[in-house]
Amino acid sequence: MAGPNSFYGPLDPAPDAGYVDAPPRMGFFTDTSVCIGCKACEVACKEWNAVPDDGFDLLGQSYDNTGGLTANSWRHVAFIEQPGRPSSGGCGSGSPGGGCGCSSGASGQATTTPGAFAGLPSGPPASAHAAAVASQTVPDTGTEPGVGPAFDALAAAATTASVLDNSQFLGMPGSDLPGRTSEAPREDFRWLMMSNVCKHCTHAGCLDVCPTGALFRTEFGTVVVQSDICNGCGYCVPACPYGVIDRRQDDGRAWKCTLCYDRIGDGLTPACAKACPTESIQYGELDELRERAARRVATLQEQGVTEARLYGNDPGDGVGGDGAFFLLLDEPEVYGLPPDPIVTTRDLPAMYKRAGLAALAMAATAVVSFLGSRS
Amino acid sequence: MSTVPDRRQSSRRRDGGATSSRRRGDRSMVPPADFRSYYGRPVVKPAPWHHDIPAYLFTGGLAAGSSLLAAGGAATGRPALRRAGRVTALGAVAASGYFLINDLGRPERFINMLRVAKPTSPMSMGTWIFSAFAAGAGVAGVAEAAPMLPESLRRLLTPLGTAGGYAAAATAPALATYTAVLLADTATPSWHEPYPDLPFLFAGSALASGAAVGLIAAPTAETAPARRLAVAGAALELAAGHRVENAYGLVSEPFHQGKAGTLMKAARLLTAAGGVGALLGRRSRTVSVLSGLALLAGSVATRFGVFEAGLASARDPKYTVIPQRERLAARGPADAPKETPVDTPPPAGPLAPGA
Repeated sequence: MAGPNSFYGPLDPAPDAGYVDAPPRMGFFTDTSVCIGCKACEVACKEWNAVPDDGFDLLGQSYDNTGGLTANSWRHVAFIEQPGRPSSGGCGSGSPGGGCGCSSGASGQATTTPGAFAGLPSGPPASAHAAAVASQTVPDTGTEPGVGPAFDALAAAATTASVLDNSQFLGMPGSDLPGRTSEAPREDFRWLMMSNVCKHCTHAGCLDVCPTGALFRTEFGTVVVQSDICNGCGYCVPACPYGVIDRRQDDGRAWKCTLCYDRIGDGLTPACAKACPTESIQYGELDELRERAARRVATLQEQGVTEARLYGNDPGDGVGGDGAFFLLLDEPEVYGLPPDPIVTTRDLPAMYKRAGLAALAMAATAVVSFLGSRS
Repeated sequence: MSTVPDRRQSSRRRDGGATSSRRRGDRSMVPPADFRSYYGRPVVKPAPWHHDIPAYLFTGGLAAGSSLLAAGGAATGRPALRRAGRVTALGAVAASGYFLINDLGRPERFINMLRVAKPTSPMSMGTWIFSAFAAGAGVAGVAEAAPMLPESLRRLLTPLGTAGGYAAAATAPALATYTAVLLADTATPSWHEPYPDLPFLFAGSALASGAAVGLIAAPTAETAPARRLAVAGAALELAAGHRVENAYGLVSEPFHQGKAGTLMKAARLLTAAGGVGALLGRRSRTVSVLSGLALLAGSVATRFGVFEAGLASARDPKYTVIPQRERLAARGPADAPKETPVDTPPPAGPLAPGA
């Protein structure tokens, strides 16, 4: 069972853990380029797994009021607000989705905005204008919400705002595609959203260090805590290179995503993937997901999204590849992910060796101390 | 209207602070002055342990060191060293057991630790080492009560105590050093990176604290070996500590800052003073006792200092991100993941205008 790569390197974890005729390894591919930040995954996970409330905190970190993966949050949607990038043409090319956002040339001129947005094009934010324009262009569908009084009020507000400041943000979402009209150009701004989850590592630090055997490898290659065995020693918490698994305070035990072990055994899709409205979270056989992800990243690169990259898909990485991997649009640490995680137990043989040496030195010191002249 | 935040300003404020929003320049072998993070939040989680764990690091080391002292005393006919060592080891082992169980999230399930023997888990290995040690040290400690017992029991207990004492001494070096592996086998940067030196630090600390028991409890006529042990232990603790605190670049930094910095500094001073006192206070019982106390306090400070430094390194994402970035850079561009040059505008996404 235990092979040369049992502790580090590419591996199919279920057979290595002793399963005979294990089913294919299952996993998640989370494509952040289509995540809309709806948090349906967070809610569905809590519902299905009966995960307790994690507090009603307002963190002031964009729309993220969850904060991170904890014992009480097994899916976490990260929100990153980024300024666009400067361009040589003085045109708002920082727009994330649409290349040049000011095709009409009406706005997006470079200004002297200080701070993080220095030198970036700035114009009136799109939303209010877009809403105002939309209120006049969207045909009356006869349904709610159609073009009603609410839209007129919005239009009035947007008009007032533009008179006053031309850059007031009213907090209202637009209903038109950004950049469609010259009055509603793309902003010098982009959102990154990512639904984070346990990576179900090929070489899982949490599982390696668990002293009770509460953490185990399932036949699907995933990593699950048996809550009836966990005694809350907490060792798995600092062992995880992604900071996923966590000890629940009132309960004392460690908890994390199970990849819906109780669902996938019955051929069901995990709750988060089932609830995801944009298929940002895709569940399936890991081999197939990896192929799909490679195609997706190639497509995006072709379309000019050169910053698209896969994270955790490589079986040669420091954790032997993740069972749940991601397509990201920026560097991993921007999303709170480690740029180069390595399972801590890779170095365990070396650690034991050093400890053995230290133990020998200790014994020798004691012997020598007592061998000296009697007094 | 004035209360409505300007979108750009609020974005800037929310962008995780200046350190995380500034862009990094060309990658080089020089440690980047800056890094990016998600709102400055930690990447790895700090261990959820309370003061029980560093307290156990000390009592476990003390038990190991004093059992070695006791075995040495028994082997060379120094009854005061033997007695002090065995009684201390028994007390320290009992305290260790309490700390270990009390820190569990589910203390009533402590026995689950004995479900498996798992070499990949230093805590599992440590449980078995601790159990074996505790059995030996327990018998040896109880045997010290033999003079108070009737003759028949005494005759049974004394050889058992001798055997238990040697058994404990045989497992003591493992007990004192496995805790270093326990801390190092985590993703906590300031515990993992110094793994080559941490066991020597803990071994030295254990020897010094064990020897301190001899300095405090034994008459000066018997303390010569304890003195040598104290000096050697203090020297090892100081030397290995110096490496842990200085040889590991960025992840050595938490050992100099905040609570950990204060503790490590106190540990250095106390251990050095204790070592010098042990060396010079040959004839003075007072100096011996003071040296012993200084060594014990130094050992406590070392354990709490290392513990706190690790927690601090986990709480700040810079200790996770920057070394990993350096590692990627050192591996070379061929192997590094594809990066976008920072000045290239992010081009069309899936929602292109007019799509």
